[in-house]
This record gives sequence, C-alpha cells and structure tokens, in this order.
Amino acid sequence: MNIAVCAKEVVDVSEIKIDEKTNKPILEGISKEVNDIEKSAVEEAIKIKEEYGGEITILTVGSVDNMENMKELLAMGADEAVIISPPEESDYTVVSELLAGAVEEIGDIDLVLCGEASIDLFSGQVGPRIAELLNVPQITYAENLDVEEEKIVGERDVGGNKIMTVESPYPVVVTVTKEINDPRLPSLQEILGAANKPINEWGPKEFMDHEIEPTTEMKDIRGVSMERKNIIFDEDELEDSVKNLAENIAKEGLLEG
Amino acid sequence: MNFELTDNQKMVRNMVRDFAENEIEPVADELDEEREYPHEILDKMSDLGLLGIMIPEEYDGAGMDTVSFAIVIEEISRKCAATGVITEVHNSLVASPIMHYGTEEQKEKYLPMLASGEKIGAFGGTEPDAGTNLGAMQTTAEKDGDKYIINGQKTFITSGSEAGLFLVFAVTDKSKGRNGISAFIVNSDTDGFEVGDVFDKMGIHANKVSELFFEDMEVPEENLLGKEGEGYKIALSALDHGRIGIGAQAVGIAQAAIDESIKYSQQREQFGKSISNFQGIQFKLADMETKTEAARLLVYNAADAADRGERFTKEASMAKLFASEVANEAADEGIQIHGGYGYIEEYKVEQLFRDAKITEIYEGTSEAQKMVIARSLLS
Repeated sequence: MNIAVCAKEVVDVSEIKIDEKTNKPILEGISKEVNDIEKSAVEEAIKIKEEYGGEITILTVGSVDNMENMKELLAMGADEAVIISPPEESDYTVVSELLAGAVEEIGDIDLVLCGEASIDLFSGQVGPRIAELLNVPQITYAENLDVEEEKIVGERDVGGNKIMTVESPYPVVVTVTKEINDPRLPSLQEILGAANKPINEWGPKEFMDHEIEPTTEMKDIRGVSMERKNIIFDEDELEDSVKNLAENIAKEGLLEG
Repeated sequence: MNFELTDNQKMVRNMVRDFAENEIEPVADELDEEREYPHEILDKMSDLGLLGIMIPEEYDGAGMDTVSFAIVIEEISRKCAATGVITEVHNSLVASPIMHYGTEEQKEKYLPMLASGEKIGAFGGTEPDAGTNLGAMQTTAEKDGDKYIINGQKTFITSGSEAGLFLVFAVTDKSKGRNGISAFIVNSDTDGFEVGDVFDKMGIHANKVSELFFEDMEVPEENLLGKEGEGYKIALSALDHGRIGIGAQAVGIAQAAIDESIKYSQQREQFGKSISNFQGIQFKLADMETKTEAARLLVYNAADAADRGERFTKEASMAKLFASEVANEAADEGIQIHGGYGYIEEYKVEQLFRDAKITEIYEGTSEAQKMVIARSLLS
C-alpha cells in the first residue's frame, strides 16, 4: 500500500501574540513545527505500512525553514519527502493542484492522507480539493480507520454522539482528526536513520503540465479582539450580587440553549 | 565557529522535550513526594534509545554524540532532576567506561543490556572515607586464581538499591597508591554483594542513593575493566564525561526555575498588575536567563570538545562548576520571585531548590572542580 501524506511546517500557534496596535498576529521569531494533526496522519500511514507494507511519501508545499521538522517525519517512519516550491502567488487552489499533481507524478499511490486542516489557517479545503482533482473518493474527518486489502473504512464523528461509517475502495483521499491516534516519538536510532532518507525538492514546472493561478487573494489577517467588561457586582448582600450577576449574564443571552 | 545545533541534535531535543513533557512531568511531583524510583519512565526511555545514547549501534545503542547526550540530560532534568542523574550515571559513568576500556567480550556482553535497560548501571566509587580523595579508598580486591575476592563498602551510590550492573573500584595493590586501584564490572546478584541503607536526602528524591557492602564477593577475572591498576584513570575519565552530564542536569534545573518563574510572574498580580511588569522581577529573570544560557554554552563547549576528540577535562569541570552554581542561583531567585508561595511544597521551585544543591557536590564538589581547573592552568 503506497501512501502519500500531506504535511507542512507551520508556526507554533500557541506562541502567537496579537499586536495590540495593529491587531495583527506577530509571526516573527515564532518557532515552526509540523502540527500534531498532520503528525497523526503520518502516524496512521506508518501503522498501515507496518501491516501492509509499501512506501510512505511526505508531500509539502512551501518553504521549509527548519529541515529537522521534515526529517522528524522521516524518523517516525516515512520513507521519503518531497518539498514542492509554489509559484509566487499561491492559495488553496494552487496548493491543492500542486499536491494532486505530485501524487500523480509519483504514481501508484493507493491512499492520500491529510490532516483535517492545517493548524495555522484551518481551512480544511486541501484534502477534499485533492480528491476532486484526482477524481477519487474522499473520507473526511476520520477519527478511526480500518484498513483492508480492498477497501478502507472510516469513522467520522458527526456530532450528537453519532458516528458515521464510510467505506471506499482505493485510491482514496482521507483526512484525519487529531483523535485518531497519538503520534509516536522517533527513537534516537530512528533519528540517526532519517539522515539517509531522501528529501527531494520539486519546482512546479518539473511535474505540472499547466500553469496554475490562484483564484483568491489574502487581503489581511487580524486577531479576534476580546475585551473584558470588568464589571464587579459588590452589593452589601452576597445574594444580591449573585442575583445581579445572573440577571446580567441572562441579559447578554448567555443562559439560553 | 558554528553555534547552531545540527538537525539531528535539534530532533533529539524536540523528541526528548516532548517525551519529558508528556511522560515525566505528569508524574514527577509524585515521584519526588513518594521517593519512588522512576522504573516505568526508564522502561519508556529505553524504547527511545535514551539508555544507550552514546553506545555504538553494533552494541544496540544509538551511537549519538556527546552534545546529544547533554541535550537529553538537560531536557529530562528540566522535568525531573532525579531521573536526569540516573540517566546520566547510567550512560556516562557506566556505559562510557565499558565502551572505552572494555574488551570486545565485555562490550558484547554488557553494552546491549545497558542500552535495552535490562540492567541500569551504577558507579561504585565513593567510600565513607574516600570522596574527593578517591585514591584513599579501602575496598580491596585480592586475586585468587581466576577470580578476585572483593571486600569493603561504598556509599552515596546513585541507583544503588535499584541498579543491576555496577562499576566497582577496589585496591588491587596497596603499595602502588592510586595506581593500585582497579575497576570491576559487578552484577548486583553476585554472592557477597549487599545493598545497605538507602539515604533520606534533601533533594532528587526519586533517585535511590544507597550504601553497598561487599563481603568476600567473588568476581571472575574477565570482569576486570581495563588492566589492573587502571581503575583510577578509568574513574577520572568517566567523571570527565559525567561532569558534562551533571552540568547539563544543572542547566535543566536552572531552565525549569526560569520556566516556573515566567509562568508565575505573569499570573501573580500585585498592586493591580502582574508582577512581571515590575523591573525588580524582570531583572531577576534577565539574570537567570543570561547565566543559564552561558552555562548551557559551557556544557555544549565541553561536549563538543569531547566529540572532536580533544582533551576536555578542564572544559567539563568549568561547565559543571558554573552550571551547578547557576542552578542554585536560579532556584533561589525562582523562590524569591514566587515569594511565600515559593516556600510551599506545592510549587515546583521548592523542589528545584532542594534538587539544585547536590549538583555542587556530586561527581566532584565545586572545590574539586576548581582544583582541576587550576591544575590545568598551572601545570
């Protein structure tokens, strides 16, 4: 079973602070990592490989600042990585086309695994777009996968304690949630071994037969501002304070539902 | 000159940091409180190759460099200094000497069992009357045919009651002084080997530190490490590596004090704002960070010298001396930043303060490090 896993290096969102004056996120000096959702996709691929064999290729679009982040995925158990440099102007259309094009270029891929979304912009678009471009079925938001020779069965949490079970033949695109597994840590031996695994760099012209143009333009990114009202209910009687507090919470519409 | 870690070293740091946060931090307080040896953590560490960091791959180790070893010890100690020193002793005071002085048979027999964690290693050097003056040891090993008969006692032995494999130093020829000391590889199940008291210590509670007694303990001659009379040299060489490890442990403790102090100072409000807004606190944090980074660089410097095959005795002593003092200072300032809460056991800095002190004492006191450093200047 040959598997391609789409994973990218993103800023560590837990470190992002918002500039109070401009309301924009401060991205300078923030460390980058491959997020756990995508590590879960890699982990799932490794588990499948352990049972069925095959090759795991990591696909990433965009520059990689810290090569150790790619090597970590190889140390976990992937076989090789392809870093695809995008054209100057890029959006979800471009990224999806490049990833789908790379899957076709590699050929003989049975399963494309993606995280449900990347942790930075969290659009959740890339997986479904790849499936559409490759004209193959898709299973999104899988939190459990049962892999068989001829088909893959995925479970999706559709809310309200309901699980939807979906099955598909191969080839197929599957996006997974973080709940699907706990990504393994590579051992020291595996870290050393990763040095011998190939990391290839592809330009779009090397494998795409057509020009790709973005269809959307990012205008701005702004933080969501939350201001506290700092109201203190300090009546003489505690009961009055509580009553006041409850009434005000109700007035804000927070007690409905 | 390149101050950047290699990709491999960064991956090691990320991996161990992740492991320490997820597997050590949640149980560290309990281990300290219950004075419980971290068997389960060590089992998990063996799966990740952390019990054979520098052991070559042909003996089932990871074959990593000394800088990686220092990174591992720092990151583990940042969450549990006791687990840090157990790992440090196992890797640098037991596995390293066997790697460097062992016969092929000894390496094949003992290194894989250390790398897999089947046996935890311990170092039997110190005696009641032979600490800094290791050459004054009184434990004897008398040759008797194809074996040695060892009699005597050791004290303050890290992992003493838990380890399975010991390096034991004993006098084989009293007339030769230091050159009459030899090193032996001893299994804990050898007849005549007995664990004495396990000490109640001020800090690093999860490390079981004990006495050892040897009574007519028969050790086959093939367990002699190196040649007869090479024990003192082997001990000093092991301690050179060990001091890089204790330096790294101290950096981990100092870093933990910084982590805790940043967190607390941003949460704690006084005079209507978080205390991190006050310059008095900011200056403390700045000093802690600067000194800890300087200590880390000294540790890396010694480790890198070792990896380049250079003599690093002075560098290791400077790293250990400085880092251990920084750990104590950072833990002290950490408590000061926490105010009254820092004196309460519930807060991590209280433990860090207790854990830091020993780094100025074991594997050579600060005074012993100064002797080593001065000797290298004046010889």
